[in-house]
Amino acid sequence: MIQTLQAKFRTCSVTGLKVNRDSELLIKANAVIAVVCLLVGALAAFGLVLTRWQAIHLLPADWFYRFLTLHGLNMLIFFIIFFEMAVLYFAGPVLLNSRQPAPKIAWASFGLMVIGMLLVNTMVLTGNADVLFTSYPPLRAHPVYYLGIILFAVGALVVTGLFFASLVVAKREKSYSGSIPLVSFGALTAAIIAAITLVHGAMTYIPTFLWSLGYMELDPQVYRLLFWALGHSSQQINVAAMVALWYFLGAVTVGGVVLNEKVSRTAFILYILFISMASAHHLLVDPGFGPAWKVWNTSYAMYLAVLASMVHGFTVPGGIEMGLRLRGYTQGFFGWLRKAPWGDPGFSGLMLSLVIFGFLGGITGVTIGTEQINIIVHNTMRLPGHFHATVAGGTALSFMAATYYILPLIFQKRVSFWPLAKIQPYLFGGGITTMAMAMIYMGIFGVPRRLWDTSFSNAPFSVEFHPVVWVTQTIFGIGGLLAATGALVFVIIAVATVFFGKPLTPESIAKSASGIPQGILKLPPQIYSGSEVQNVHERGAKGTVILVFIFLGCFVLYYFVNWKILSFVWKVG
Amino acid sequence: MHSGLLAVEGVWWKAIPKQEKLWITIAFIWCLILFAMMPLWHMRGGQNPSGIRAKVTPAEYVERVERFVEDYKVGEDNGFPVVEPPAGAHIYLLARMWQWYPVLKLKKNTKYILHLSSADINHGFSLFPLNLNFQVVPGYDYGLKVEPNQSGDFRIICNEFCGIGHHTMVGKVIVID
Repeated sequence: MIQTLQAKFRTCSVTGLKVNRDSELLIKANAVIAVVCLLVGALAAFGLVLTRWQAIHLLPADWFYRFLTLHGLNMLIFFIIFFEMAVLYFAGPVLLNSRQPAPKIAWASFGLMVIGMLLVNTMVLTGNADVLFTSYPPLRAHPVYYLGIILFAVGALVVTGLFFASLVVAKREKSYSGSIPLVSFGALTAAIIAAITLVHGAMTYIPTFLWSLGYMELDPQVYRLLFWALGHSSQQINVAAMVALWYFLGAVTVGGVVLNEKVSRTAFILYILFISMASAHHLLVDPGFGPAWKVWNTSYAMYLAVLASMVHGFTVPGGIEMGLRLRGYTQGFFGWLRKAPWGDPGFSGLMLSLVIFGFLGGITGVTIGTEQINIIVHNTMRLPGHFHATVAGGTALSFMAATYYILPLIFQKRVSFWPLAKIQPYLFGGGITTMAMAMIYMGIFGVPRRLWDTSFSNAPFSVEFHPVVWVTQTIFGIGGLLAATGALVFVIIAVATVFFGKPLTPESIAKSASGIPQGILKLPPQIYSGSEVQNVHERGAKGTVILVFIFLGCFVLYYFVNWKILSFVWKVG
Repeated sequence: MHSGLLAVEGVWWKAIPKQEKLWITIAFIWCLILFAMMPLWHMRGGQNPSGIRAKVTPAEYVERVERFVEDYKVGEDNGFPVVEPPAGAHIYLLARMWQWYPVLKLKKNTKYILHLSSADINHGFSLFPLNLNFQVVPGYDYGLKVEPNQSGDFRIICNEFCGIGHHTMVGKVIVID
């Protein structure tokens, strides 16, 4: 009996956690498939950037739109959700020292998700689903395309259910005491939102699947409503998972602390309460809804969810600052920031993700989600500019940063190509920022998204963009190539590490530090006590206070400048 | 103080430190300002996506467009009818794979009601270079009260993916003084 128990768990030499072997294997499988999907999405990205960059215009029209479909699906759905499954297995059984409930069902769900992903990708690559990621009816794809998505979603829903089960098991078998850690709480938030999202997904895709077979009618406006209830809510899953990983990375890289559990947990709950409503910001210039519905939904709910993000925007860097101050980095306002481990890709990825998501993604998002401002934004390049900042620069980058710790902790390997790994977050983050800012600028000049030919060379009437658009498009091209390269570098490092990396043992850690992030070489203190703690806590996180007020200043400026721009166009109502 | 990895024992519902309370209060006030701007702009501002909205079948709408073109046609441009409606008129613009029909000739500082709908699938109305953008959904008539505030030669670009001819879908609006 003890033999069996020992075989089921190993004790992590870095964190002391009891890691269940079934959960560990599931984390590995999901993480590996996630990276494969990231690779497909990144290769598609090269094609897209080199085509939209008019001077090169690489792909023909049909392949451009096909790659666009492939890129959206693999990045936004397959890469992110497979990775989030891994996060759930980590934040549940592993962080709570508990066992994996129903491993056979977990593997069956994994299999279902992989089959779904393969069906969808096959349909897209064979030209049977030239409908883009949103697949708006009456545009129609092959029925197997919709079926693949349904299978994927069912698998993900079951895994979400298993996460809830693992919380119940851990509580009942008392593998931890007290309340679950904040990181697990954040993951729980993501899981609850995921369950709600996937139910909306079923409401969207099952009828659409039946319609594609000719069994029922569909209203295009109703589809858009349901699709975005799935589509935006899935971004809230990503936000919750990203913030949970921010707390994780803050803890392992620098011993970041939780400033106040009540505040952070309440902020997570605000995310759950208001998801479905926020989807309205995709429908602000649609004919199917009145202004009262639009204003109420896009604002009331969204701004409380926005408040939650602004709260985490303080507590995450504030907790990092506090952790560093408690370890002695107390000079001035920003001594802690200057002395932080910027050479650790887990840390640099965390900080870049925080800044890009907040400043670029968040500010643009709330602004363009304003009912009236959306008039000068909808379906222009400003949209992909915004969501690459949030999803790629924010969520994906935080996943990459977490991977640098998961590779040694879960896969127990040294990270390959370590000097390259140290700069990868800067490469990807810098590329995405450049590309996103260029896209936003192009959008302000009226350049549409989802378009193969910006010169409109075969149109009946000429369209002449301001010359600055062509310069901006070049900057977009360069930024996009840097970002896609950064993603590819990450994939190469991850694949090399998993399959060919040098195994890591507690003894070999002492011999060489190469390929081991500094937080694993020496885990920072996870708990601080004593009178000195009270003093530091009282003095507060003064550097973070300055940073958040700079953020607020940028927000106010960007927001009101956009109202001003709106006031110049024709009166419309 | 502890990191986010540790299970929390005892009561964690504790008082909020002053700095955080300040930030949460200020952020909340900003959220209220964000919310208030929208109804305010409905009352005082000139650009709102409200419109007169109705359901319509694509066949009905196409027929209405043809009547509009018959009533007010004044010429042709590159194979498209050019239509000059009077002040206050209801304009019926059609989106279909892959053209905007007809070409419109309007007057500056004059009010019209611009109806948007599609004969087939989703399209995106984008008035260039003003950057006025609206979704065009088949089965729905979006009637927007518009008032051009400058003369010029404008384009209607389609900015919602509508198949392989999407990037050739450009229309024209001329505004005279």
